[in-house]
Amino acid sequence: MIAVEHPAPPPPTGPVPYERPFALELLADMLRIRRLEERAAELYGAGKIRGFLHLYVGEEAVGVGVLHALTPEDNVVATYREHGHALVRGMNMGALMAEMYGKQEGCARGRGGSMHLFDRATRLFGGNAIVGGGLPLAVGLALAEKMLSGRRVTACFFGDGAVAEGAFHESMNLAALWKLPVLFCCENNLYAMGTALERYESQTNLCIKAASYGMPAVSADGMDIVAVHEAAKAAVARVRAGDGPVFLELRTYRFRAHSMYDAELYREKAEVEEWKTRGPIHTYTARLKSEGKLTEEQFLALDAAANAEVVEAVAFAEAGTWEPVGDLLRDVCAAENPS
Amino acid sequence: MSRTLTYRDALREALREALVGDSRVFLMGEDVGRYGGTYAVSKGLLEEFGPERIRDTPLSELAFTGAGIGAALGGLRPIVEVMTVNFSLLALDQIVNTAAAYRHMSGGQFSIPLVIRMATGAGRQVAAQHSHSLEGWYAGIPGIKVLAPASIEDARHMLAPALADPDPVLIFEHVGLYNMEGELPEPCVVDIRSAKVRREGKDATIVTYGGSLAKALQAAESLAAQGIAAEVIDLRVLRPLDDATIMASVRKCRRAVIVDEGWRSVSLAAEVAARIVEQAFYELDAPVARVCSAEVPIPYAKHMEEAALPQVDKIVTAVKGLFG
Repeated sequence: MIAVEHPAPPPPTGPVPYERPFALELLADMLRIRRLEERAAELYGAGKIRGFLHLYVGEEAVGVGVLHALTPEDNVVATYREHGHALVRGMNMGALMAEMYGKQEGCARGRGGSMHLFDRATRLFGGNAIVGGGLPLAVGLALAEKMLSGRRVTACFFGDGAVAEGAFHESMNLAALWKLPVLFCCENNLYAMGTALERYESQTNLCIKAASYGMPAVSADGMDIVAVHEAAKAAVARVRAGDGPVFLELRTYRFRAHSMYDAELYREKAEVEEWKTRGPIHTYTARLKSEGKLTEEQFLALDAAANAEVVEAVAFAEAGTWEPVGDLLRDVCAAENPS
Repeated sequence: MSRTLTYRDALREALREALVGDSRVFLMGEDVGRYGGTYAVSKGLLEEFGPERIRDTPLSELAFTGAGIGAALGGLRPIVEVMTVNFSLLALDQIVNTAAAYRHMSGGQFSIPLVIRMATGAGRQVAAQHSHSLEGWYAGIPGIKVLAPASIEDARHMLAPALADPDPVLIFEHVGLYNMEGELPEPCVVDIRSAKVRREGKDATIVTYGGSLAKALQAAESLAAQGIAAEVIDLRVLRPLDDATIMASVRKCRRAVIVDEGWRSVSLAAEVAARIVEQAFYELDAPVARVCSAEVPIPYAKHMEEAALPQVDKIVTAVKGLFG
């Protein structure tokens, strides 16, 4: 077996180039995701949430930084690790939690669960649990946008593991060939489930792959929300200008197991601990404090607000109801066209 | 009134009508444009509608089928052409895991008004990787509709209701039919819900579809000369199956043979047979019989290919076998 080492880069430093309200909004969103998922993990242990549960803990800066570079009209295609994306896009946390409970008040009536969050109102097109499966979909959404002369950008999130799929290569080629407005966001957390990048890719520089399709490819520190957001803003502007897709690699790290079934036998605890020192929330918090943009009291207030939202979401999910079994076949096809 | 045209021309007229009538409609697939379509179905459309709407794709079945799904979600009415059903397996993930599942999985929030056309079937000596009949596999998937036009009128008129359908519709065109010439009654309206009795009879029901319809009709002609009046049902719609039309015929004729170019095991023919047994068992005078393709990868050599497929004499033999 190849000896694999993933040294964490130095913690992000430097000024936060945002006015206080926006700077704190980024922090608040990361905290909302973190608190939601910590509670979700507990609820999984309690048997309230079942199936697969993939936590984004450690990767929050990626989703928050990129999604804040989009407009509400843009399209988002996400993976099965998408609680954060749904939340930042504007999905009500109660609808999200109820979906994980399997209740019909959930965003998808409890049909999808954690991996299949959909929200028409915020143009969130899933929640795709086939690795790489969202990329062709994103290409098509962007094709529609281009043919209808729209201005929407389609942001497509996928993990590093997807890069090994044929869907990745076919989609990158198609998007570049047709100059489609897609922002490909590769959340590179260095592991395809339990297999390290170096153990499954002959070329570990993912930007080289994207660049080979003739599109701009940029890598950013996914643990640094400022770096993510700045890179995303530039990439979105470029995509919206109509010059075709952009590939954005966000180098990040998953602090928790792949899913709740994962015993984490494939990586060293020391590696995880080292990356945790680079945690996107506490490093950003420290930077804001050092610049005088955040006090401890303000931090505690944001954290308390996130926790209160979670409490409310859990109460909503608990109070939710089960879809009647009589509705089992509802929405397989449109009502007037049963199949 | 009626006029004569080929199955291919009928398909092209349908495409043209859709492209003229709805600016959201576009055709995408391998060699649909400059080449004029592998089977020349889209010949001339590029010149008329331009490369945006008659869109040549790379050999990327997975991506362009998935792009069709995305484009449908994005407000267009894509028609995706896959060269043959064998190649559609490269796109199976997008069809099964995304297109078919999306509406239900999203709690009814999204629908995918997508049409996917592809050629199917054998008889042209193009061997095992271009000759299979896998439409029966697709007919087992909830969330999609599966059509098999076997007549000029269906080739001409199934596309419009397929495009109007809010859910994914797969259309299977048998390669043996493209050159078929026939009468198109005008005006003509077809649905995508029902099976159709193509020949009336009273002694035995032959249930078939697609490329086997002509063989079944020939068999019925031959049987008539031998005193057996066979009724021939063209399924037309492979999912959802029109049980009512099948059962009405079986109850009348009391004997049934299913002719299906797919392999026998776990086939569409097996599904139809099971339904007949479930719904009309006590009205049968003989066991249900099937004429399917032999369970081999379709071979190249002409005599072997012919031996592998349902043929008129096999259908005749199967029907006569029901009469003790």
